Amino acid sequence: MDKFRMIFQFFQSNQESFMNGICGIMALASTQMYSAFDFNCPCLPHYNLAYGLGILLVPPFILFLLGFVLNNNISMLAEEWRRPQGQRRKDLSVLRYMFCSMAQRAMIAPAVWVSVTLLDGKCITCAFCTSVPVETLGNASHPGLSQGEIQRVLARIPCKEIYNGQQLIANEVAIRYLRCISQALGWCFVLLMTTLAFLVRSLRPCFSQAAFLKSRYWSHYIDMERKLFDETCAEHARSFAKVCIQQFFEGMSTDLVAARCHLPRKAPPDAGEAAEKLLGITDQGTMNMALKSWHRCKPPLNLHPPALPTGNGWAGEGQPPTHPSAPQKETAAYYSWV
Amino acid sequence: MDRFRMIFQYFQSNSESVMNGICGLLALASVKMYTSFDFSCPCLPQYNMVYGLGIMFIPPIILFLCGLILNRQSLVMLEEWRRPAGRRKKDLAVIRYMCSSIMQRAMVAPVVWIVVTLLDGKCLICAFSGSVDPEKFVGFANVSTVQVQLLLAKVPCKDDELMRNNTSCKAVSRYLRCWSQALGWSILLILIIAAFLARWLRPCFNQATLLQARHWSNYIDIEQKIFEETCCEHSRLFAHKCILHFFESMRQKIKQHSFNLPREGEEAEGEEDLLRGITDQDQVNKLLKTWYYEKPPLDVS
Repeated sequence: MDKFRMIFQFFQSNQESFMNGICGIMALASTQMYSAFDFNCPCLPHYNLAYGLGILLVPPFILFLLGFVLNNNISMLAEEWRRPQGQRRKDLSVLRYMFCSMAQRAMIAPAVWVSVTLLDGKCITCAFCTSVPVETLGNASHPGLSQGEIQRVLARIPCKEIYNGQQLIANEVAIRYLRCISQALGWCFVLLMTTLAFLVRSLRPCFSQAAFLKSRYWSHYIDMERKLFDETCAEHARSFAKVCIQQFFEGMSTDLVAARCHLPRKAPPDAGEAAEKLLGITDQGTMNMALKSWHRCKPPLNLHPPALPTGNGWAGEGQPPTHPSAPQKETAAYYSWV
Repeated sequence: MDRFRMIFQYFQSNSESVMNGICGLLALASVKMYTSFDFSCPCLPQYNMVYGLGIMFIPPIILFLCGLILNRQSLVMLEEWRRPAGRRKKDLAVIRYMCSSIMQRAMVAPVVWIVVTLLDGKCLICAFSGSVDPEKFVGFANVSTVQVQLLLAKVPCKDDELMRNNTSCKAVSRYLRCWSQALGWSILLILIIAAFLARWLRPCFNQATLLQARHWSNYIDIEQKIFEETCCEHSRLFAHKCILHFFESMRQKIKQHSFNLPREGEEAEGEEDLLRGITDQDQVNKLLKTWYYEKPPLDVS
């Protein structure tokens, strides 16, 4: 028990490390996804831009949403935001803190995807190959090609096997140019993201440390309270079920005793704990009846039956009768020996 | 259990080792990033210099900022620097010590990148191939200026059809690579000598102040960790009490509203405690609804 508490405390106080771990795993998954993805530029004039920019921007959006979905705290945030105020005021700064920390972590995998894509260069090459400056890099005065034809030829730049515009502009020159632009954009993007992260992290202690400590404490508190409430309810449900089932067995055994008109059989005083746990059911027929009754007629969820007159011959602590007492005997007789 | 506590305590007391570990990981990540990065010089006259120098200097800035972000002590130092003095004086020597140790660790990965870049040579070849004096190389002597610039710009691209069998281009490439590697090794040598001297000569100056500064910076770090742990423990106990109060108040409400005779139960006392007086479906549903619609106030007095 102590060990569990220690692990719990370790993760609680290192909840940030735990979340950071998930964040790191998602970033690695993002690079793996990119390398496993088979990029296939269509090499057609208008399709290239759509495909290239789509691969650049749609997976990051998916990864961002996934980052929120995988974060357990999102339901906690939503609950705290939407609950009625009741006797406990709502603190908006706590909600803002929770949302910001979740959003920051969810942004990492998309940023990794965009950086890897830009540094690799295939997407930008595919998307912007028709915008290559042919005048400076190639031979713009090449005769006999209309604007549309030139666009079609340029669109084939990423597909080296079918490229037929070597006189217009050399394939390697165009690819090197586009790749250079793409890598420059990639490094600038990474620098921008890192600078933003650095500023966000380092300006906080300078300006709002006290508010930050407060928000952090109460967000941990809300999380802890929710977990403890769930634990307490689970314990309660366990005890409820245990008492309900005990009452069911006792009721069963009492009914049968009443139906057979036997004296209740008391376990011999030296039979021990095991005999007590039999709860008065000591033979195959009775057990079968108990099991059948459990399936066909589950007891109500009520551990406090209202006090009834005790004239019908059974002990008042058993299950409430579902039928009035006379038919009860017939029912019991029907069930017996089956 | 004991092992967990030992590991936990080890990490707590040795945040310096953790920081060194992170520093080493960043240096390895820096080498890995360089080898997996596909360097592709544009081989165009103005673009070469920008690309080459950009690849040499922008990633080190990124790695430096990463080193600062990932180092927990930088936050601790900033907090200590900006906090109001209150009843505890601030010791600038401690803050300076923390700052210098953070900077030293953050500088390792950028230096590794720059040294690896120089020793590899591609960046410098790309950046300075256009600045080489063409008179020194046979193949460029009789070519017009503009042509020379274009040709020199293409030197880093060995696969270009013009460059494939051109011995002068290979000569330029070798020349620049030699400079690049010489620069790389020199920088490495200077830095190692500087680190060596700093470490050897440090005990000769202000050893007592240094010991004090190191002790108190360690203290501030541990104090903050323990404060966070205590807050977590406190919030756990607070939540526990709050929930118990809530169940108790539900039990009181039920007692007030129900007309049942008090039960003379024979259930085990343990189960009775855990049921906390909530014993049927409606009561449980009411409890759960109340928990959502009317959370109890944050007051366990």
